[in-house]
Formats: sequence, C-alpha cells, structure tokens
Amino acid sequence: MKCDICDKPAVVHEVTIAHGVKKEVHLCIDHAREAGVAMPGQQPGNKLLSKISGSGKPTVMAPRCPECGTSFAQVRQHSLIGCPACYDTFEEPLGRLIERAQAGATHHIGRGVANEDSQSKRQREERQLMQALATALSREQYERAAEIRDRISQLSQATPEETTEGDKA
Amino acid sequence: MTDHDASMGSDRPGHEGHEDAPGSDVVLSSRVRIARNLDGIPFVNRASSEQCEYVVRTARHLLLHVPLNERMIWVDLEQSSSHERQLLVERHLISRQHAENTIHRGVAVAENERASVMVNEEDHVRIQVLRPGLQLRAATEACMTLDDSIGNHMDYAYRERWGYLSACPTNVGTGIRMSAMLHLPALRLTNDIGRVRQAAKDLHLAVRGFYGEGSESTGNFYQISNQITLGRSEDDILEEFESTIIPGLVQYEQAARQVLLDKHRRSLEDRVFRAFGTLGTARMLKLDEAMKLLSRLRLGVCLDMLKDAAESITLDTVNTLMLLVQPGHLRQHVGGQISPEDARGARADIVREILIGE
Repeated sequence: MKCDICDKPAVVHEVTIAHGVKKEVHLCIDHAREAGVAMPGQQPGNKLLSKISGSGKPTVMAPRCPECGTSFAQVRQHSLIGCPACYDTFEEPLGRLIERAQAGATHHIGRGVANEDSQSKRQREERQLMQALATALSREQYERAAEIRDRISQLSQATPEETTEGDKA
Repeated sequence: MTDHDASMGSDRPGHEGHEDAPGSDVVLSSRVRIARNLDGIPFVNRASSEQCEYVVRTARHLLLHVPLNERMIWVDLEQSSSHERQLLVERHLISRQHAENTIHRGVAVAENERASVMVNEEDHVRIQVLRPGLQLRAATEACMTLDDSIGNHMDYAYRERWGYLSACPTNVGTGIRMSAMLHLPALRLTNDIGRVRQAAKDLHLAVRGFYGEGSESTGNFYQISNQITLGRSEDDILEEFESTIIPGLVQYEQAARQVLLDKHRRSLEDRVFRAFGTLGTARMLKLDEAMKLLSRLRLGVCLDMLKDAAESITLDTVNTLMLLVQPGHLRQHVGGQISPEDARGARADIVREILIGE
C-alpha cells in the first residue's frame, strides 16, 4: 500500500472509527515522522528507560500551524482545516489532499474577491480562459475558440493595471 | 428586520410546491449555496468560544443592517427551542447539523423564505438561495448578489491559488454547491436508481436524501449536487447542471414514467389509487408511510390519473402535505407537544382534511 501523501510504501497504518465513520491513514516513514508518529526504532524498549532518558516522545515534532496550532495529521484525520493560515503553512501536503478531493484540480477558477490585486485577477482570468478554450475545442466550437484565443493574447499583452476594470469575473 | 422566534407563518416555504414552476413534475426545488469564511479567524472547528461569538455578532449586525436583495429575519439558534429549529430544518432553511450544535450559532432567513444565511455552521458563513422547480440560474444569480453584498462588508478568506478558503477541502475554490431536489418514483419502480447513482458518481455528483447530507431518501426524493468546487468556474458548473445533468435526469425519469404508462398502466393506477384510498381513509399514519403514499399520489397527479376522481388535488396540494406531515409542522398544527401515537392520528387527520375535506 502506498503512502497517502507520496508514492512511497506506507509503513504506518491507522484506522479510526468515529460516529460510525471509518477513516484510514497510511503513511511512509518520512511522512509518518513529519506527522509526529514515533517509529519503533526510535524508542527505548523499556518504558522506565524511556522515562529516565526522556526520549519517549518522538524526536521530530510535527509542524503546527502558527495561527491555530493544528497539525497536518489532525487535518488529515478529521478532513477539516483549522484556519486560513493552515493553507499557507501546509501548502504542499494540503495541496495533494485537496487535489485528491477535487478530482485533480489544483487552482481556483471562478469569481474573485472585491479587493483582489490585479496580478492575481489576471492569473485567474487567464486560467478561466484556458479552460474555456479547452471546452470550446472539445465541443468543436472553433469560432468561439478563436475568440477566446484572441482574448488570451490580449490579456498576456496587457499590463496588470489594464486588467483591473470590474470587480468580479 | 428584527429578531424572530422562528415561528413560520405560511403553510409552505417560498421555494417549494409551485406547480407552475419549470420542471416541477420532477424537480421539487433548486438550491445554491456558497461557503465563505472570515480571514484571520480560525474556522468553526478550531475557533474559540469568543471567536465564534465575534463571528455571530459581526454577521448578525451586517445581515440586519446592510442593504441586501432580501429582507432578513435573524434567528439566534442558541436562544431558540428545538421545535423552532426543527421547523427551520423541515423548511430546508438550516441543515440538520446546524440545528444540533447551537452555541454561538445563528441564521438569517429571508422574509419570503427563499434565502438564508447560516452563521457558524461548518464555515463562518453559508449563503443559500432556494427556488421552486428547476431554476438554478435564478438561484445562482440571487446567491451571488447576496454574496457580493455581504463580501463588500466582510474580509473573506481568499488566496490566489485556492480561491475562497473553507474548513473542508471539498468546498475550497468557488465554495459553491448547486443542487436540485428530484422526485424519481418511476426510476425507483423500474429499478434504475442504481444507474442514476453510478452515473452521478462518475460525474463527481453527490446523491443525498430529502434533508441533504447524512439523510436517507424519503418519498423517492433525491438531492443531486456537485462535489467539485475547485478548478471549475461557477458559470461552468451552472451550465453543466442547467443544460445537461438535471435535464438529463428529468428526461430519464419522464421516459421511465412513459414506459410504466405504456406497459403497466393498470398496475401503476392501482398503486396510485390505493395510495389515495389509504391517505383518504387512514386514522393513523407514520411519517415514512405518509411520505411513501404521498410520493405515489404525486406521481398520479403528475400523470393526470386523478383528474376524474379528485380534480381538486393538485401538485401544490401534495407538496404542501409533504411538509405538513413532518414532525415539527405537525406539532405546530396541533399547537403543542404530542405523543407519538397522537402524532400519527393528527397526521392522518390533516391528510384527510386537505385531501378530501373531511
């Protein structure tokens, strides 16, 4: 079985059942360490020894969101993100989790906030047009595809300031 | 624009049961909801009590004082009774989850009950608009207008890559969820519901019951909604739902109804008239039984089977009854708490009263 986060073989398997819902977590050695799971080889076999040596806790602490204190293991376990800053803190692993939940999608296409900066707006519009172009081509709507292609080239030639008209896409 | 005790005035919410609404023989209602969160504040699952209280206070003030396209009534769920919350759930104005966790939670309900804004459900703000029949475009436009008005006064959590941030990875991006409540009795009878479920799965759609997430199908009603919110624009999702998915399912159900009429008319009529007979004479009705029989009656009305026997029974009559037989509405009708046995009696009484005027 592969790791939930990468393609390496999973060595840590956790099954939890809460409110009748079964959740499984499978992690490779690196991501298990990242999530704060203690590896068998890391701990002294004797609990007393571990108390004396103070090495009972995993040596690698899982990173936590500086804003809300949520670890990525908690996000995975509950399928709930802690706060807006978690999206920045866990961008890479969260990106993979979102990609799986969203049928492979990796970037937003659609409306933006009213106060969005011009560069962000331009990138979003470009993605939206590229998607519309692909749809038009797949439906063999070539006139529409040509219009969209022209709009894309206009957008890429325009300076960011020129693309700020209107608040919403 | 005041606080309200959640006592619902009319017999029927503004979004259900209009038989002249487009596609109303199969589509009971259309719903669009948008999930939004405030930037800089933990999502509801991690927020402190003070932070949740702050979100409720901010949202309540905004929803009652900022000009919106709907006049809103505020319901503080913490102060409301379980009966009031049950009424809101039955009218699809709040989710069942929102009715259960009530601390620092509220909802703004449009006076015409065609929109509501849940505060501190899974996300800080969930804006939803409902319309009778197949009116996804109208619902989407109204929902976006509300979103714009609220967003002008709220600092929404948003990132260039992810779009609108949400507590659950399944809502990030547009945060939009479109759904249609479909009545599919013929597909159930022809054993084709499995195919609907499989097709929905292949298209990344969710098939849920009468009260959304976690609810079972009752009365052959199925809520179909999009599961993908990232990498597809609102217009794209709407276009697919409005032009392909829902019309396709409506045609599939209508074709199944035609097959039943052509090949099994007598047996179908028997089913419909037995349901009519039981509903018109029963002295006690359990909720499941009432919904099952009303579903059959609804199919009969759609196929004009009852025109001669009971001309006065319309789609509106059946849709209204489907709401009035629900436990909260029944209790409201009776005017107080009743035992399960008395509830079954009261349910049968109200059905007979409306169906045959007894």
